[in-house]
Amino acid sequence: MTARGFRSVVLGVAWRNLHGFFTNPALFLPAMIFPLFFFTAFAGGLSRIESVPGFHFPPGYTAFEYAFVLLQASAFGGVFTGFAVARDFESGFARRMLMAAPRRRALIAGYAVSGLVRALFTISVVTTVAFLAGMKLHGAGIELVGLYTLALLVNFSAVLFGTGVAMRLRTFQAAPAMQVPVFLTLFLAPVYVPLGLLGGWVHTAATVNPITVVLDAERGFIAGDPVKAGLAFALLAGIGALFVFWALRSLRSAERATA
Amino acid sequence: MSSTLALQIGTVAQRSVLRTLRQPAMVVPALLFPMLLLAINAGGLDSATGLPGFPTDSYLTFALALTFLQGTMFAAMSAGTNVATDIETGFFNRLSLTPLRRVALLVGQLSGVIVLALIQATTFLVVGLTAGAGLEAGPLGIPVIVAISLLSTLGFGSLGALVALRTGSGETVQGLFPLMFAALFLSSMALPRNLIEIDWFRTVATWNPVSYMLEGIRSVLIDGWNGEALALGFLTSGGLAALALAAASSALRTRMARE
Repeated sequence: MTARGFRSVVLGVAWRNLHGFFTNPALFLPAMIFPLFFFTAFAGGLSRIESVPGFHFPPGYTAFEYAFVLLQASAFGGVFTGFAVARDFESGFARRMLMAAPRRRALIAGYAVSGLVRALFTISVVTTVAFLAGMKLHGAGIELVGLYTLALLVNFSAVLFGTGVAMRLRTFQAAPAMQVPVFLTLFLAPVYVPLGLLGGWVHTAATVNPITVVLDAERGFIAGDPVKAGLAFALLAGIGALFVFWALRSLRSAERATA
Repeated sequence: MSSTLALQIGTVAQRSVLRTLRQPAMVVPALLFPMLLLAINAGGLDSATGLPGFPTDSYLTFALALTFLQGTMFAAMSAGTNVATDIETGFFNRLSLTPLRRVALLVGQLSGVIVLALIQATTFLVVGLTAGAGLEAGPLGIPVIVAISLLSTLGFGSLGALVALRTGSGETVQGLFPLMFAALFLSSMALPRNLIEIDWFRTVATWNPVSYMLEGIRSVLIDGWNGEALALGFLTSGGLAALALAAASSALRTRMARE
């Protein structure tokens, strides 16, 4: 199969997915509304937290929570793409795509492209709302590139994770198996306050959670004072590579099951 | 109540209770998710108790009230989904040919979620108190908490049933979830209203009846016996239950006439 053929499968899968996403309110609205709810509830309802002794984040609490919601929107963009894969298997469409595509890896790449576009769209909306709510970014230039690149790497990993689960279980009932681990990993990080102010077992969990490093790096970029940026990129590269392997193995499993 | 009506209610209620409890996909998340969020919030927001004017030194005690209201959201989805399934599968068509009275059908259908709410309330209280949450009102406060929780469940459950009866679609019932989620998030769930800094958020939380349901339960845990908070808690949860039940009953009349 030529590179052109590969690209045409990628674009076909991505277009079909994106068309379904943007034209079906039942798919579009939850993906948009949930990050906005989180942002509103956290940045609006909890803004007084910045008065807690020991809390220090010069750009303010809205920007502090924006970093988390950015990661949450990116990760859940990936999970929702996994839901779409599961739906394709349940409806039988994925089976037809597996038979039609000469190089099936292009299917995964197509889902990844659609996940990326969905995340970019959600991130744009959340960012617009955050600026309207008075968010101030102290970082500029390369720091902002770092901020959004990390978010998109999280999306990439989440798409591959969700796609892998969907290809292995091939039913929409697998949705909790995609959603719950991502939800737990995100919320067992310093969501509301910095790591030092977390208490009890959540502090222990957050200390070993790789998302804590990514969140710290995001907040560093926002503050214009990058911290742990290299480590965050290295961790996401490692996690991404792991999920590429996972998604490819799951594709093999789906090929065997539908042969 | 005549013995015939009691028999009708009992029969539909038995079916509803068994049907709810036989679906682990409905029961397990309804129990696990609220407790998970409680555990995360109790660790993540414990430092909020350092804010001047925060009513308790235990965020676990403050956050425990939220678990009950989260449980009611699951109940609403559960009630709505069950009714929608009965409509979609033609069960309502068959019932309309029997002498079953409307009130028996509605009360019976909601019994499943009321039993689920009772299990939830008991579990949340046992887990919360074992984990170290306070109960300032003492053991007599327990039935008060359970009563507000059950009234709220009846209210939100009837809302779910109302949407199912009006639309006959399980997918539309699922669309209620973001709205319920918004009602919960735009309330005093994370901080007391007087500590919410953002004006518009405080105004929305003040108009939101969920805030008063939360504050009614919370008052028993934190203050002891606070007449105003309890009166508002019972008034909002009881008012919602009465209004939603009346609306669901009217929708049921229309639906039965149509079938």
